[in-house]
Amino acid sequence: MTAVLDIKMNERRKDEGIVLTEEQKRRRRARSLAIALSLGALVLLFYIVTVVKLGPGILSRPL
Amino acid sequence: MSLISEGAGQRRLIEQGLIEPSLAGVGDYLALMKPRVMSLVVFTALVGLAIAPVHVHPVIGFTALLCIAVGAGASGALNMWYDADIDAKMTRTARRPIPAGRVLPGEALAFGLTLSVFAVVVLGLLVNLVAAGLLAFTIFFYAVVYTMWLKRSTPQNIVIGGAAGAFPPVIGWAAATGSISLEPCLLFLIIFFWTPPHFWALSLYRTEDYARAGIPMLPVVAGDAATRRQILLYTLVLVPLGLAPWALGYAGVLYGVTALVTGAIMLILAIQVRAERRPAERASRHLFAFSILYLFLLFAVLLAERGWGGLIGRVAA
Repeated sequence: MTAVLDIKMNERRKDEGIVLTEEQKRRRRARSLAIALSLGALVLLFYIVTVVKLGPGILSRPL
Repeated sequence: MSLISEGAGQRRLIEQGLIEPSLAGVGDYLALMKPRVMSLVVFTALVGLAIAPVHVHPVIGFTALLCIAVGAGASGALNMWYDADIDAKMTRTARRPIPAGRVLPGEALAFGLTLSVFAVVVLGLLVNLVAAGLLAFTIFFYAVVYTMWLKRSTPQNIVIGGAAGAFPPVIGWAAATGSISLEPCLLFLIIFFWTPPHFWALSLYRTEDYARAGIPMLPVVAGDAATRRQILLYTLVLVPLGLAPWALGYAGVLYGVTALVTGAIMLILAIQVRAERRPAERASRHLFAFSILYLFLLFAVLLAERGWGGLIGRVAA
């Protein structure tokens, strides 16, 4: 009976894949946040540099 | 090994319970970028950018420095990925994120490659292609030529590899002007000839560490006396090179006096190192510490005198 339960538990664990601990989840969240902030900063950088490069001509577009 | 196969391999090891899923924090990733080396790279690049004889918009200048900093950080991460085995054997580097087990090697490789691509592409798109090309070459030179090839195969590793550390002011100048001229090449040569006395002074009192890790640093391969002689020879080339910007009219009197005084101190310390014998290491430690100040002072005075058309000098006056 115990052996059957063990096998079932192992199969269930396999189905669940890698299970992270709370600490691992917290670190992953921090890494994800850092990536999000970096990408946001990159978008902002591209926006600002585009404005700087186009200069005053940014608003004078041909009709 | 490809990133995909390395990632799949790591997943298998995690599933088998042989390694834990990553516990790497944001700080560990910052440590992979070697922030202290990065700060020197940013500073020398800033000098190259600021002394260029053209006006650079502050946003473009900031973007260039950001890309150079990220590129330097990427090189550091790739270096730590490849050198994790020898880092674990040396006391100076054993606490780095990979040997300490805080970052998985595959994570460091992916991080380094991603940052390299981003730094070069963004620099090319937002600043100019010459600077981007030089940055790409510098990352390649540090990560592949120095780390993967020279470091473990020749005692000339830091001499040739030093070129990677000497490129930032040239990249800074290229970011401003879109070209290269004699001035940034002089700055390149100063850092290039500064690197051997700086690192050999360190390796003189870390010889056992390098020997244990199997790195053929000059004191390990050629011995103590030969290294001390080489330090003096390179310093004899470095000091006149430090004076060259003033002698050629690229820098003013303040720079000339600074280069003369600090160069004389460098030379005295190198002579003391030459006269010293193991196990004494006082002179080597002094030279290592002063060499950092020497390079910083040369570039700081140049920045003050010539930066943004002499703006800092005028404000100070």
